[in-house]
Amino acid sequence: MVVNNPVLKIHNLNIRYGDSLAVKNCSVEIEKNKVTAIIGPSGCGKSTFLRTLNRMNDFIDSFSLDGQILFDGVDIYDRQSDPVDIRRRIGMVFQKPNPFPKTIYKNITWGPHINGYKGNFDNLVEGSLKGAALWDEVKDRLNESALSLSGGQQQRLCIARCIAMQPEVILMDEPASALDPKSTAHIEELITKLRKDYTIVIVTHNMQQAARVSDYTLFLYEGELIEYGITKNIFTKPDNQQTEDYITGRFG
Amino acid sequence: MFFRFSHSLSMKIKERVIKSILALSAFISIVTTLAIIGVLGRESFTFFLTVPVTDFLFGTHWEPLLEPKSFGILPLMAGTLLIVIGSGMIALPVGLLTAIYLSEYASNRTREIIKPILEILAGIPTVVYGYFALTFITPVIRIVLPQTQIFNGLSASIVVGIMILPMVASLCDDAIRSVPVTLRQGGYALGATPYELTKSVTVPAAFSGIIASFVLAISRAFGETMAVTLAAGATPNLTLNPLESIQTMTAYIVQVSLGDTPAGGIEYQTIFAVGGLLFIITLIMNIAANWIMNHYREVYE
Ligand SMILES: Nc1ncnc2c1ncn2[C@@H]1O[C@H](COP(=O)(O)OP(=O)(O)O)[C@@H](O)[C@H]1O
Ligand SMILES: [Mg+2]
Repeated sequence: MVVNNPVLKIHNLNIRYGDSLAVKNCSVEIEKNKVTAIIGPSGCGKSTFLRTLNRMNDFIDSFSLDGQILFDGVDIYDRQSDPVDIRRRIGMVFQKPNPFPKTIYKNITWGPHINGYKGNFDNLVEGSLKGAALWDEVKDRLNESALSLSGGQQQRLCIARCIAMQPEVILMDEPASALDPKSTAHIEELITKLRKDYTIVIVTHNMQQAARVSDYTLFLYEGELIEYGITKNIFTKPDNQQTEDYITGRFG
Repeated sequence: MFFRFSHSLSMKIKERVIKSILALSAFISIVTTLAIIGVLGRESFTFFLTVPVTDFLFGTHWEPLLEPKSFGILPLMAGTLLIVIGSGMIALPVGLLTAIYLSEYASNRTREIIKPILEILAGIPTVVYGYFALTFITPVIRIVLPQTQIFNGLSASIVVGIMILPMVASLCDDAIRSVPVTLRQGGYALGATPYELTKSVTVPAAFSGIIASFVLAISRAFGETMAVTLAAGATPNLTLNPLESIQTMTAYIVQVSLGDTPAGGIEYQTIFAVGGLLFIITLIMNIAANWIMNHYREVYE
């Protein structure tokens, strides 16, 4: 599928752990300021694929890849590319909320601080927390430990911490899977709001969630890209029989 | 039916026997500890009937074997502290840095090489360390600083530092590695370098574990005996000059135990008073380390 304004262009991507191929010959373009959902049964390579987009797989010894991932036209796996710089520009929210055992305030300011942010930190904290729809709940307790927040609040704090870096792309790996329905609704609402300013790639095993929040959907099965298209089409009239079987719950 | 009944009965007996053996084993260590406390307490008590506690704790001369006798433990304390501080200055920073390197920077292969080396270092008998100090470290020091005495605190401090280093490194490594990997990922995903991540996420998160390992290592340095006896000498000396011969509390106990001091006399009782004090110091430090470690578990669960 061709998109109008791609930020990430992935060509013939193969990802391996040791000898086993986890993602097979994937070519995808991710459109700017849209939400792209990656769906597929557990173990099909969704997280692997996502982590590869901001080089978070670098820490896994057995990881290797071939193919290309172009971000703003530059291959992020090129020798010249600095993984630290890429992660500043492509942020990530994880499956389990992982705030630092520091204050709420410091959770937000830490990333910008180490990256030499020169602006006003109070404004940054307020702006980021508002952006993550958390400000009203925590504005009076910014100096309390982030671990004192509920799971849903912690996850929104992680989103706030991510947007404080003003990344171009935000990767989310099942960001609501550890949360209750109410917090999940919060997060979904937030994602639709964030689309205005960020490109979002979200992994989810929840089909309704993909249908609700995303513009494009990418279906992976056993490491292979089966179908990629406009979410509405994928969920109403998929081209591929496997996709249809999966979204109608016949397997996975 | 009958068969099954008898089978379960024999199982029950077996269980009982096993339980008794296990309980007995646990009992042995409790009894031993109590016996040690009992002996130390009784002998120290008779010692303190003759020597006032304040003379013992604050006196600046330690000459229990010569007339006029004096029982001020401060020279031995100074000797011990010199070793503890000196070895701590080596082992704590180097141990922590080793742990940081192992857990954050080293590849799995490097780790697999360094870890066993640390274990070997930890397994070398302390008397060997003592000889190493005497025959290698001291001569080297004397080349650089010729005024150094043959027996000196510096050499002993260095060797005790090397001795407790593996313990610090390995406990700090455990503490750092027990920081959830998700926390690290969170840091890296914000564009942190390994150094920034270590400095402001992993090490602070592992802080109590690190401190606990420090306390344990220091308490080990307090109690270290053979290496300091060999390398530091037997001169009760109220000094913090590391180039002079000194005597630590443990080394004094060795001296009296090996010498021909008759049992039962006041000279002989001194070792129980010294031992008792040493016991109390290390006990307090171990309790502190345990408290810190438990406290730290709570933070994450
Ligand atoms: N760190 C790793 N080392 C080796 N194999 C891995 C690792 N992470 C994932 N895999 C393997 O890669 C495949 C894809 O896993 P993953 O990307 O986690 O799938 P998903 O997120 O879709 O559930 C699985 O077969 C999994 O076992
Ligand atoms: Mg996954």
